[in-house]
Amino acid sequence: MSHDPTLSESERQSSHGLNPIDQPHLTALKTELNKYGIFTTTLEDLYNWGRKNSVWPLTFGLACCAIEMIATTMARYDLARFGAEVFRPSPRQADLIIVSGTVTKKMAPLIVRLYDQMPEPKYVIAMGACAISGGPFRDGYNVLKGIDRYIPVDVHIPGCPPRPEALISAFITLQEKIAAQHITGEDRPRHLKANEPSEFPVPGYGAHDLDPPSNTIVFAANNPLKVIQ
Amino acid sequence: MTAAPMTIEDIKTAIEVNVPGASVSIVPNGSPSAQHSLLLDSEHAVDAARFLRDHAVLRLDFCSNMTAVDWLDTELSEKVKVQKLIDGVETEAEETRKTKVPGYLEAVYHLFSMEKKHGPVILRLRTKNRTDQVNLPSLTPIWRSAEFQEREAFDLYGIVFDGHPDLRRIFMWEEFTDHPMRKDYVPPTDDEVELMEVARR
Repeated sequence: MSHDPTLSESERQSSHGLNPIDQPHLTALKTELNKYGIFTTTLEDLYNWGRKNSVWPLTFGLACCAIEMIATTMARYDLARFGAEVFRPSPRQADLIIVSGTVTKKMAPLIVRLYDQMPEPKYVIAMGACAISGGPFRDGYNVLKGIDRYIPVDVHIPGCPPRPEALISAFITLQEKIAAQHITGEDRPRHLKANEPSEFPVPGYGAHDLDPPSNTIVFAANNPLKVIQ
Repeated sequence: MTAAPMTIEDIKTAIEVNVPGASVSIVPNGSPSAQHSLLLDSEHAVDAARFLRDHAVLRLDFCSNMTAVDWLDTELSEKVKVQKLIDGVETEAEETRKTKVPGYLEAVYHLFSMEKKHGPVILRLRTKNRTDQVNLPSLTPIWRSAEFQEREAFDLYGIVFDGHPDLRRIFMWEEFTDHPMRKDYVPPTDDEVELMEVARR
């Protein structure tokens, strides 16, 4: 185990801002021991290794991007190589929601509800121009200008629609993101922080627009344009 | 599909003869397609439609398309020559007179005959204005295929179809109060790029 139990939480966070597990001498020690045929790992590595290789997406498609998503899971592109072959028909069993296609304002509350129903840890891939920004329908009265207005998105894929390789690339990016998560420390992910929300408010249908038009907390956290407000 | 076996004028006369009280006018189409259409009055539209569907020669048994058009209020300005006293001398002067033409919502139906293999014959219905008198008779009892498209026109243009079996919004949610396809519709400003532009100004 890499953690010295005599150290306090703040001491574990080294002065370099590194999580203790990332400290170079530990990596060097592991490599050194490997040379003598001793395999060592950390609970964190084991935990993340298991999680990143069994990310089960939700059976959920919205538009033409969904066709590319389906193609990605089929024999030619074979998403099963990355442990994501089991598309779950219930959000209760899913780890990942791939928002694949145009999100209409009428559909947006339902997506947020599906996301809320997924157990932690859960991830979101926004696939295609529409899901990340509204795409060519951005000026339409009925299209949400990006799903990141309501739920936190982990990986954005541009493209109209993105090719299966792009989705695979996004999936690998997500796996890397999962592998880099720490189970302790201040930088641990949301699902390991007791006071962080795992559900986000479902917008209501208003007289002119969705109510509210965006979840400002979620949206501002990831939006570089927030400074204008 | 061939053109209708009767000219548009003959169809107009046939309706006026067989549907008592109906007044039909022809809306000409100046484009090369020359698809002139028949403007029906709201009161006799259902009877006229039934007559067209059951007519032995026409047999317009299929409404392939129903859509709507929003015509805004317009201002017609015409130059009129008026006799005026200028410096004690009666002279002819030009004056522009402006008349307001109230806008209306228009429902358009494209009819075909599956039995006789011809078409289209185009019908138009106009509301009295765009604000409070937006009722039109529903032609769904005559052509069932108009049902969802009349709901669409109700949703996006706000035309209220009297006699429609199930007039609810079809695309937007029920709490929505606007009619987005109307020309004076202003979408909500929730675009952060637009907001940035506004802030810059």
